[in-house]
Amino acid sequence: MSKHILAVLVENHAGVLSRVSGLFSRRGFNIDSLAVGVTEDPAVSRITIVVEGDEYIIEQVGKQLNKLIDVIKIREIDKGDSVSRELALIKVAADTASRSEILQLVEIFRAKIVDVSANTLTIEISGSLDKVKALEDMLNPFGIREIARTGMIALERGSKYISVADNAARHKRIAAK
Amino acid sequence: MKLTGSEILVECLLEQGVDTVFGFPGGAVLNIYDALYKNSGRIRHILTSHEQGAAHAADGYARASGKTGVCIATSGPGATNLVTGIATAYMDSVPLVAFTGQVATSLLGKDSFQEVDIRGITMPITKHNYIVKDISELAGVIREAFYIAKEGRPGPVLVDICKDVTAAAAEYEPVRAENTVLGIGLSEAEEAGIAEYSSDIAAIAAMINKSAKPVILSGGGVSIAGACDEVRALSEKASIPVATTLMGLGSFPGTHSCFTGLLGMHGSRTSNMAVSEADLIIAVGARFSDRVMSKVSEFAARAEIIHIDIDAAEIGKNIRADLAAVGNIRKILREVEAAVEKKDRSGWIGKISEWKRDFPLKYEKDGVLRPQYIVERIYELTKGDAIITTEVGQNQLWAAQYYKYTRPRQFISSGGLGTMGYGLGAAIGARIARPDKTVIDIAGDGSFRMNCIELATAVEYRLPVVIALLNNSVLGMVRQWQDLFYDKRYSSTTIDRATDFKALAEAYGAVGINVTGIDEVDDALMVAFASKDKPVLINFIIDRDEKVFPIVPPGAAIDNLIEE
Repeated sequence: MSKHILAVLVENHAGVLSRVSGLFSRRGFNIDSLAVGVTEDPAVSRITIVVEGDEYIIEQVGKQLNKLIDVIKIREIDKGDSVSRELALIKVAADTASRSEILQLVEIFRAKIVDVSANTLTIEISGSLDKVKALEDMLNPFGIREIARTGMIALERGSKYISVADNAARHKRIAAK
Repeated sequence: MKLTGSEILVECLLEQGVDTVFGFPGGAVLNIYDALYKNSGRIRHILTSHEQGAAHAADGYARASGKTGVCIATSGPGATNLVTGIATAYMDSVPLVAFTGQVATSLLGKDSFQEVDIRGITMPITKHNYIVKDISELAGVIREAFYIAKEGRPGPVLVDICKDVTAAAAEYEPVRAENTVLGIGLSEAEEAGIAEYSSDIAAIAAMINKSAKPVILSGGGVSIAGACDEVRALSEKASIPVATTLMGLGSFPGTHSCFTGLLGMHGSRTSNMAVSEADLIIAVGARFSDRVMSKVSEFAARAEIIHIDIDAAEIGKNIRADLAAVGNIRKILREVEAAVEKKDRSGWIGKISEWKRDFPLKYEKDGVLRPQYIVERIYELTKGDAIITTEVGQNQLWAAQYYKYTRPRQFISSGGLGTMGYGLGAAIGARIARPDKTVIDIAGDGSFRMNCIELATAVEYRLPVVIALLNNSVLGMVRQWQDLFYDKRYSSTTIDRATDFKALAEAYGAVGINVTGIDEVDDALMVAFASKDKPVLINFIIDRDEKVFPIVPPGAAIDNLIEE
């Protein structure tokens, strides 16, 4: 079992996310994270899914997703040849005694303080899953009050790209499903 | 021309060649029913007793004819009553378009009267579904729905239409099929391009050529693709025995010397032994369900597997495939057949014949009225030409085992979902699709009771469907499991209700006949088959301990059969 990143281009209309997430739950595929947003083409959304599974699961995930009428294209992102990022907001307990130590950590991780109160700091960090996890581990002893994360997004490195423009017309695509 | 949403719906149905729809009216579809009323000369609406019956009838109509079935229900409970029928069609890849009324757009999401999110409910049981909130999208959605239902691996599509959309007016431009599929699809040239498949025909042929003990497993996809002749040609050229799945019955003639029978949990010994000993399985339009494979690790353990299907997701889903071809089965089989060597494989065919001789399906012939005998007589008296629908359970398996199906679309049964109560609605749809054929619902009393209300429909539309009720007063299949595997603890399976099925049939205006002895069987069947415009229910009283044999115990390998 290992983690795989799938970039799924879908038609940008209501209910599509529900179709995709419903497919995962009813077929018993595990989603580690899911992030969705519109692409350079406003009619198309990109869902980035991190899924845990062996080769069999990943193949089935791809094939089953491909049967959804609203799915335009699926690409597994090679972890070694891509940039991936997650953004997290972490609210950590901080009093006068611990604040400077936390600020040092934030510095080291090139994170940002985005809010401060008498007894908390809110930190924004973006980076690979490992980096976010490492900061989280370092902050744990101070008392993490709350975390919100976006889920991972990824793009392939270099001049390769997943083109929305060249996706076949809808009627051609659905003929192949 | 400017039309209302309801009129556009009717015109779009006509564009698709729809002449019959099955349904039940209600508040949210009042406008649609008004348009159907005004167009009753162009589209025939069959009013069922319950929406589930409409869904099963549309499904039976589709399975019997190869056309897309259409059903209509109102919002809320009307829509949810379709759900079992839609799921049944989904599991068996039946092209169906279901239209549901929905509350007006202004009332959506407010828990309005008879509001239910039927699109959300049916997402996992449709190929695709829609909610139409804007009249400008209506015609396009309907055309696309029909296209999706029929293309590729067929399946049900649901179109939920808000009530205000059915009343609103919009410009309607008729679309004619001509060069495109159903007006939305591809041109013929594009179609040819899409139908290309990635597979190495030469490798497949080589694997078949070197096989000493091959078996073809023919599934429902063969009937759907119209590839029965191609399967037969391959079998005959290369001397390959053919087993079928339940859905594949009729895809290869049951009377053919290479036919080995049903495979799997209630498969014939010949099929189950052949697959277990085979060195090659050529699965065509079959999806290796759990009812076929039983213990996966021992299924076809000595065999390589070639999997041919239109749905890429089926390849490798339930079992490994050593070689696969994805695409139009008919085209692929033609190429495979052309590429394989002609062989007689006399040793293997001899072995198959030996099994067939030594292990035929059997039941006791002691003058007692037995379900197997009844099905055999139905086969003989209809000269093998009838369309058989079934309920689910023992009746279904006896109908599968003892009637020899020789053509596709002849055996109509809920294979994947196993829907009790399917058979009568399906028989109604099948008879409407094929008025030239005798249509018989081989039923059990447990299943039949679930949707027997559709007798009223068959009577109203003067459909002479025959219900051969194998009445054992128990839920026979579950009871059989309790008998064999639960130490005879018959929990809730002895129904023994005082229902008088003959009187029930008569109350609906149908003909009812009781049969208790073996010597009454032929007379009753002849009366039933002679009926021109009335359904006939024959209430065959059979023993509650009748069982379906062979049976593979749960979790066992398929060559581990219990025979009696």
